[in-house]
Amino acid sequence: MFDTVLIANRGEIACRVARSAKAMGLRVVAVYSEADAGSAHVEMADEAVCIGGAAPAESYLRGERIIEAALAKGAGAIHPGYGFLSENPDFVEAVEAAGLVFVGPSARAIRAMGLKDAAKALMAEAGVPVVPGYHGADQSEARLANAAEEVGYPVLIKAVAGGGGKGMRLVERAGEFSEALASARAEARTAFGNEAVLIEKFVSKPRHIEVQVFGDGQGAVHLFERDCSLQRRHQKVIEEAPAPGMTPEMREAMGAAAVRAAEAIGYSGAGTVEFIVDGSGGLRPDGFWFMEMNTRLQVEHPVTEAITGVDLVEWQLRVAMGEGLPCGQEDLSIRGHAFEARLYAEDVAKGFLPATGRLDHLAFPSGVRADSGVRAGDEISPHYDPMIAKVIAHGPSRAVALAQLAAGLEATEVAGSVTNLRFLAALARHEGFAKGDVDTGLIARDLEALTLEADVPQGVVALAALKALGLDEECGGARGFALWAPLEWTVGLRHGDEDIHARVRVEGPDACEVRWDEACVSLRRGRDGGWSQGGTRAGQAVMHGERITVFDRGAFVFDYIDPLARDAADGASLDLVEAPMPGLVQKLFVAAGDTVAAGDRLALLEAMKMEHALRAPRDGVVAEVLCSEGDQVAAGAALVRLEEESEE
Amino acid sequence: MARLKSQIQTGSETYRTNLAAHEAMIAEVRAAAQAAAEGGGAKARERHLSRGKMLPRDRVAGLLDPGSPFLEVGALAAHGMYDGVAPAAGAVAGIGRVHGRDVMVVCNDATVKGGTYYPMTVKKHLRAQEIAEECNLPCVYLVDSGGANLPNQDEVFPDRDHFGRIFYNQARMSAKGIPQVAVVMGSCTAGGAYVPAMSDVTIIVKEQGTIFLAGPPLVKAATGEVVSAEDLGGGDVHTRLSGVADYLAEDDAHALALARQALGSLNRRLPETVDWASPEAPAYDPAEILGVVPGDLRTPYDIREVIARVVDGSRFDEFKPRFGETLVTGFAHVEGCPVGIVANNGVLFSEAAVKGAHFVELCAQRRIPLVFLQNITGFMVGRKYENEGIARHGAKMVTAVATTNVPKITMLVGGSFGAGNYGMAGRAYQPRFLWTWPNSRISVMGGPQAAGVLATVKRDAIERAGGAWSAEEEAAFKQPTLEMFERQSHPLYATARLWDDGIIDPRDTRRVLSLSLRAALNAPVEETKFGVFRM
Repeated sequence: MFDTVLIANRGEIACRVARSAKAMGLRVVAVYSEADAGSAHVEMADEAVCIGGAAPAESYLRGERIIEAALAKGAGAIHPGYGFLSENPDFVEAVEAAGLVFVGPSARAIRAMGLKDAAKALMAEAGVPVVPGYHGADQSEARLANAAEEVGYPVLIKAVAGGGGKGMRLVERAGEFSEALASARAEARTAFGNEAVLIEKFVSKPRHIEVQVFGDGQGAVHLFERDCSLQRRHQKVIEEAPAPGMTPEMREAMGAAAVRAAEAIGYSGAGTVEFIVDGSGGLRPDGFWFMEMNTRLQVEHPVTEAITGVDLVEWQLRVAMGEGLPCGQEDLSIRGHAFEARLYAEDVAKGFLPATGRLDHLAFPSGVRADSGVRAGDEISPHYDPMIAKVIAHGPSRAVALAQLAAGLEATEVAGSVTNLRFLAALARHEGFAKGDVDTGLIARDLEALTLEADVPQGVVALAALKALGLDEECGGARGFALWAPLEWTVGLRHGDEDIHARVRVEGPDACEVRWDEACVSLRRGRDGGWSQGGTRAGQAVMHGERITVFDRGAFVFDYIDPLARDAADGASLDLVEAPMPGLVQKLFVAAGDTVAAGDRLALLEAMKMEHALRAPRDGVVAEVLCSEGDQVAAGAALVRLEEESEE
Repeated sequence: MARLKSQIQTGSETYRTNLAAHEAMIAEVRAAAQAAAEGGGAKARERHLSRGKMLPRDRVAGLLDPGSPFLEVGALAAHGMYDGVAPAAGAVAGIGRVHGRDVMVVCNDATVKGGTYYPMTVKKHLRAQEIAEECNLPCVYLVDSGGANLPNQDEVFPDRDHFGRIFYNQARMSAKGIPQVAVVMGSCTAGGAYVPAMSDVTIIVKEQGTIFLAGPPLVKAATGEVVSAEDLGGGDVHTRLSGVADYLAEDDAHALALARQALGSLNRRLPETVDWASPEAPAYDPAEILGVVPGDLRTPYDIREVIARVVDGSRFDEFKPRFGETLVTGFAHVEGCPVGIVANNGVLFSEAAVKGAHFVELCAQRRIPLVFLQNITGFMVGRKYENEGIARHGAKMVTAVATTNVPKITMLVGGSFGAGNYGMAGRAYQPRFLWTWPNSRISVMGGPQAAGVLATVKRDAIERAGGAWSAEEEAAFKQPTLEMFERQSHPLYATARLWDDGIIDPRDTRRVLSLSLRAALNAPVEETKFGVFRM
């Protein structure tokens, strides 16, 4: 038994675990890196310990520090969350050696599933179907190529120690094998320090279906399946439970296989058995193969929680306390359908590049569950995974849950960083996805349509103009009052590469007309304070710094063009550098033809017992030096002339 | 405080007739005001814009806080004068807010004869300065003017209240700690050069603003020197060499942003003045004023119907309601500001005048601003009234009104005739603001009365000489006088000459009063020392 649990993680999962632990009356100890001081998971905890620098290797991966912290704070158990040390058997052993409880499976179970080829062999032995392939120790290229021929192209080369798509290559033809192998090995070496690979049959319309299992070391139950087929480059994007098109027979077959897998290794706690399923001819009980087992709580566990009503973290903690399985298989059933979308700070237009930034505004609509480890005002740190939140929708049917997810995503407001929100919403509105026609290639096939930049609605531009002028806030009745001829305000906004100069006529405290180019939009404020255009809500605007984000089924970002942020002197003639006062030219640093940057020293003038550095007023090329070292010059004498800038 | 109870039926025939009459009068003023706001016309505006300049009203907006109310002064100045070539007298003036604080803006309109000063332009500029000085409002001059309008130089340059008074005012206000800021957005020639030079802070727009005592043509004529306007007095010269201007702006928008910045560091506090209450909308819709007030001045009505549509919660603490009933006096609030209201409800009798004097004394004692709702044909005439000393009683009211130091706001809601004008804080009694309604009329007496007086004198002379004067002859004699009074007493004629600060839509009465009071209360309310009351 323990009354205090240390959570060896950060971000949303640390918050998630803390919520359940606190609900169970446990004390929570958080650990954090220097970069995470003051973050949400630290604030939620009863106590927190700083365990080192920002880089994971200096903090969240330092098991000994974490164990020290647990001992120091009187924690009896350590919950690893996912990632970091969650599947590190050495850590599990160290935790147990320190007399603490590891909330998760045994080191032995983790090791059993840690190496994919060994795991597959083990599973095949236990009667779990595995994908045809080669998992041998002979890593010679010839042997591997031969194995590929035996399995039959197309094949996958996968890093034995891999995960997350790293060290994985699809090979369509024998001729491409050699090159693909080399690059897979290279990637595996850098990512995992182990270049061993395996060869596997490639399933042409593969679906990724996984089964949630839960064990107490003796027996195990399954909590049905999740479908994680919506992936981009092997990264899960939207997960759902149950899997569309799943039949009771297949569910039973897969569930039984998953339970066998868990029991074969005496599994304790939450785990996931991943299967690859051939979706080309509908789901068949003989068309699934074991891929791997994740010996931890998964990112996407909330969809399972939604449809089963089980709090998986609570179960983890109860089993860790020594309780047996909280319920039997017959007590578990599926209620409705659930989706989870992973909201990331990433730049979709730039190939989903991870983004950073300060979350100036963050709001989730009611009606969805949002598991997040950040709050408005937090920074998206470059040190960690840039996930902002998981948005989870649960409805009575797949269609309803999907509509809730789409609506929830469209009403989610994030300002300060680019996100994949619009992409997620487009996915949630994807016709094929709605039909349940999913496979892991869907996103790649329809990427262009899914990442289409939306046209900016006129109401959004108009609202941005009001926001920039501060006219969207409630105010007294005198706003905009004029005797006969109302005034009009002008505001400059930049959206992408486009400059918008809008004119705003204030027609009263709750009415404005905004015009730009050919557009003319009348906005009215309703009683709830929101603005609408002809009865249609014009979204919600927030201003953060010089930037305005308008949320209207997506975020539209505008930069306010501040008329004050200019310097007329910039445009003045900057060709001549003159002596500011009479003095002696002590040193010259440039000669004609030299290229100089703004701020570079050109000459040193000694005057009034002081040395004055004369600096280049702008970038340019020295046309002429008009003085020599040792010259006594008058105030205003031209010393250096820069070449005139060519007009663009 | 008791709520006034309206007797008006908004669905009645009379109501609808009144409404239609007012709407027609308002439409006339609106059309005139909108035309004036267009300045020098489409072509001149186009030319102005093509130079990269902002139009005057956009400059004013750019200076003010977005959404700021703008209490425009003299919007219809010079209306119908100078053959119509000087709409709004070539300038925009008024009170708006910068960083939430009231400022007076005077902006030349270069689309109107190059922004040159007509006599009415000078008068408008001086009136704006007078308001600023009385109300302690920072002044911002958005300058774009060729200086005095030369063909009118005799009415612009020499007299006390002519061009030179502008700079005198700047110096005097600066001395009183009233900030003077100039933004040079065009030419600023000759006398005009002193507007920026006399300002505390001056901003000039690069390659657009110029300041010089004599422009290039005059320099060439005087000394033979050939020099460009920019080299003679452009923004670069004045911010780098001469020091006549302090900030160099990239363009109009930048200049206005710099002016806003300059006004952000004034370190001024509002004085402690009145005991503000929390505002409350009137119980009766101010828009109903149009149906409540008869379109014809001769039709009597109860002024309380107007008060009920102006003051907070329609609550009115009427003072001395049973005495001197033709003058309604009492306390109320307008947008939270306590006011003493003095309103005509018929011709002034001795009792009413004495009551008025009493009430003004009360307000002065308590430092409560006064609001005059003026609709007055005059003091009662006739033997009985002269003999009881109505002039003496009237003088008491005039003395009280003239010498009280509380802010006075006058709203001309009907007739303004004769000595009634004095007792009710007409222009000569220097109210902080004087606004008029489109149905108002102002003259020394009514047209028919004036024509009648002149006809009586004439008839006496003719009859003394033994002649005869037929009724037709008399009517023909009266006609020009009637027409002259009709024309000259019209609010558009009055406002063109700046006898008032502007005509307003009667529905805006509450709003205008509140903005006027707010502006006036930027200055401390001084103690009053009354003159000798003739007892």
